[in-house]
Amino acid sequence: MSTILMTLILITFIACKPRGIQQAISADAAGKVYVAPGKYDEFYNFVSGGFSGQMSVYGIPSGRLFRVIPVFSVDPEKGYGYSEETKPMLNTSHGFVPWDDLHHIALSVTNGIHDGRWVFGNGNNTPRVARIDLKTFRTVEIIEIPNSGGNHSSPFITENSEYVVAGTRFSIPMDDTNGDVPINTYKQNFRGTVSFIKIDPASGNMNIAFQILLPGVNFDLSRAGKGKSHGWFFFSCYNSERANTLLEVNSSQKDKDFILCVNWKKAEEYVAQGKGKKQVVKYAHNMYDEKKHMATSIMEKEVLVLDPKDLADMVYFMPCPKSPHGCDTDPTGEFIVGSGKLAAIIPVFSFTKIQKAIADKTYDGDYEGIPVLKYESVLHGEVLKPGLGPLHTEFDDNGNAYTSMFVSSEVVKWNIQSLQVLDRVPTYYSVGHLSVPGGPTKKPWGKYMIAYNKITKDRFLPTGPELAQSAQLYDISGDKMKLILDFPTIGEPHYAEAIPAELVSKNSVKIYKIEENQNPWVAKGDDFARVERKGNEVHVYMTSIRSHFVPDNIEGVRLGDVVYFHVTNLEQDWDVPHGFAVKGANNAELLIMPGETQTLMWKPDRVGVFPMYCTDFCSALHQEMQGYIRVSVPGSNVPISFSTGNTTPVQ
Amino acid sequence: MKVIYVFVCFMWILSCKNSTVQSPSSDQAMEASPAMSEGQAAVKDDESMKDVVKVAISSPDHTTLVTAIKQAELVNSLSNAGPFTVFAPTNDAFSKLPPGTVEELMKPAKKADLQNILQYHVTTSTLKAGFFKEGMTLGMVNGDHVSFQVADGKVRINNTATIIASIPASNGIIHVIDAVLLPPGK
Repeated sequence: MSTILMTLILITFIACKPRGIQQAISADAAGKVYVAPGKYDEFYNFVSGGFSGQMSVYGIPSGRLFRVIPVFSVDPEKGYGYSEETKPMLNTSHGFVPWDDLHHIALSVTNGIHDGRWVFGNGNNTPRVARIDLKTFRTVEIIEIPNSGGNHSSPFITENSEYVVAGTRFSIPMDDTNGDVPINTYKQNFRGTVSFIKIDPASGNMNIAFQILLPGVNFDLSRAGKGKSHGWFFFSCYNSERANTLLEVNSSQKDKDFILCVNWKKAEEYVAQGKGKKQVVKYAHNMYDEKKHMATSIMEKEVLVLDPKDLADMVYFMPCPKSPHGCDTDPTGEFIVGSGKLAAIIPVFSFTKIQKAIADKTYDGDYEGIPVLKYESVLHGEVLKPGLGPLHTEFDDNGNAYTSMFVSSEVVKWNIQSLQVLDRVPTYYSVGHLSVPGGPTKKPWGKYMIAYNKITKDRFLPTGPELAQSAQLYDISGDKMKLILDFPTIGEPHYAEAIPAELVSKNSVKIYKIEENQNPWVAKGDDFARVERKGNEVHVYMTSIRSHFVPDNIEGVRLGDVVYFHVTNLEQDWDVPHGFAVKGANNAELLIMPGETQTLMWKPDRVGVFPMYCTDFCSALHQEMQGYIRVSVPGSNVPISFSTGNTTPVQ
Repeated sequence: MKVIYVFVCFMWILSCKNSTVQSPSSDQAMEASPAMSEGQAAVKDDESMKDVVKVAISSPDHTTLVTAIKQAELVNSLSNAGPFTVFAPTNDAFSKLPPGTVEELMKPAKKADLQNILQYHVTTSTLKAGFFKEGMTLGMVNGDHVSFQVADGKVRINNTATIIASIPASNGIIHVIDAVLLPPGK
């Protein structure tokens, strides 16, 4: 007992020590991240899920997880990719692809400032770009990218959301050529592209406006110009050696690779003049209609390609040391920060100098026919000895930059004008991207910086060989960066953006109006609930409302039939979804929002009576929200029948 | 030992008051959600269909009932997911009670009685008027039962109250009745 007492006294003593006793965390850290019950966070943080293929939504500063938005991967929890309505979202020219690797986030902007309308994400594996509507937090559009081997430098966005881009990480033989070539003919046969995807300013709909055909390098990351550099886009690229094997060694031979400068206004002129070449390709374009509550997928057959060999003054290469990764433009648009993964310095390029070098033709030869700007002529300066392995840079609202250092696991704060290092903090461990609220825009909101780490080792309770990856929140409101919170993330938190909550929350949809439901299988009330046979298909038009289904007793299904449950949630009340599941379905559940219709396909595998029920705890009588469906032998004469509340006993 | 333990804990709370009870420094930056301390009834939502409480509040014929629901602290419960069937006596129905009854029930000391009466008007599940059949009995939230009489297309409850209108709500249904239902005496 005395031990316990001593321990308690000791704890009391430690807990009351004045500030300064702890090394890494300041005493007020807890207060800075504590969002009291019932209070809202200040920022939404949209975090890519990396290899999970999804996007997750956190609150900042609390680090609380609000939602995982299914984007490129199926999600049985929400029925995404399982319901008949959502399956077309994951269609590609390769057929149904149920997974991808979502690396980067781009929030829509107006005049270079977050407008809270959409968030875009890239599919790195089977090249795709997705758009999520921030009114509903749902993936509403996915477009596949032709002539691409993997969409990494994407979906970065221009300052009025004119375009999001898609640069191929892997160069490949182009889609309209015979791709059956020896891999070691890389230099002859492999090419790269960057695609400009036009965003419709009203609807947000995407459409590949043009692609630029480029040498077979690896495009890595990119950023649009803004302000004075609006109209330009910058893409980092590595493997200017054009190696096709052991890139670890073979693409690191040269002292400098490139940042590609694209004058996209010039490209637009060429497009308007009909200078592009239409190429026959195949790529899927999937759209989710929020009135019909269903997706359609169409296969596009053509893309416009601009070749810089024929079209001058459109693209330039800018030398950048040692396999550049990050390529970030500062809030003014004057400075472009290149981060060579293997470089000992951080070069900062000047847009004004780039323009002058182009005007004066201050070239250092060409690379595959594209002019190379002389390094010294475009350089604003270099940040010396910043750390090891610079990757990505974000900006605050005070003219400072924050660069992540993968190898030395730290974040370095430096001043853009003076190039002086101002502060550095360790991260735990192996930091990738950073996010400052508004950091990539013309108007950084500052206040916080979040580091997204690849390795957590001892940061959280162990969970076997695989550990959660993590985000770390730093207070950057003062001169010194202060670590104030660790929080685990979904998948790999590759890149993220943060936006003031009010810009998004004010538009959030609460319900879908049942009278506006245009789903072809809707039942807008119990009177429309029915079961219909069409050959071997049985269509159940079902309604759900607290706390029953109509119908909830169904007979007349035969083994060999394909049953479609078209379930309409008649609720018109915020946050009252109903779920639907049937025993033995080789499928997921449905999760149906108020006013929505979703369809589950079921192929019964045996004769019998199968329970079905509501899976989302909806009400006090949720457990009573159930029904039965009877499956008879093939050729049975049991007629189709259905009912709810019929208690008449069998005669 | 327990005493000592409690004492130590108490000391700990006391001694740390200055450093631990301070409010979060970023407090002003945080937006309070509307329902912060009040419960579901305070959720700001102009898009959803009205729940049974909001339907009652919007009815000029149910001001007494609404006052009683508030006094009985049943607003949040009835704003919950339900589903509820609420038999809602009109103001006229309340005025048919012996003089002074309503005023007496509104006294704080009579809150339990008021709750008992109001809960006798509510059952969980959404039951449309057509569901009620002659001779049917139904368990109510307070634990007692009501009986139904059906004649000439009209539904009567406990031979005293007639359903004069039915209004669907997001979390159930309201049947407007012309008399107050009194639970059987204990």
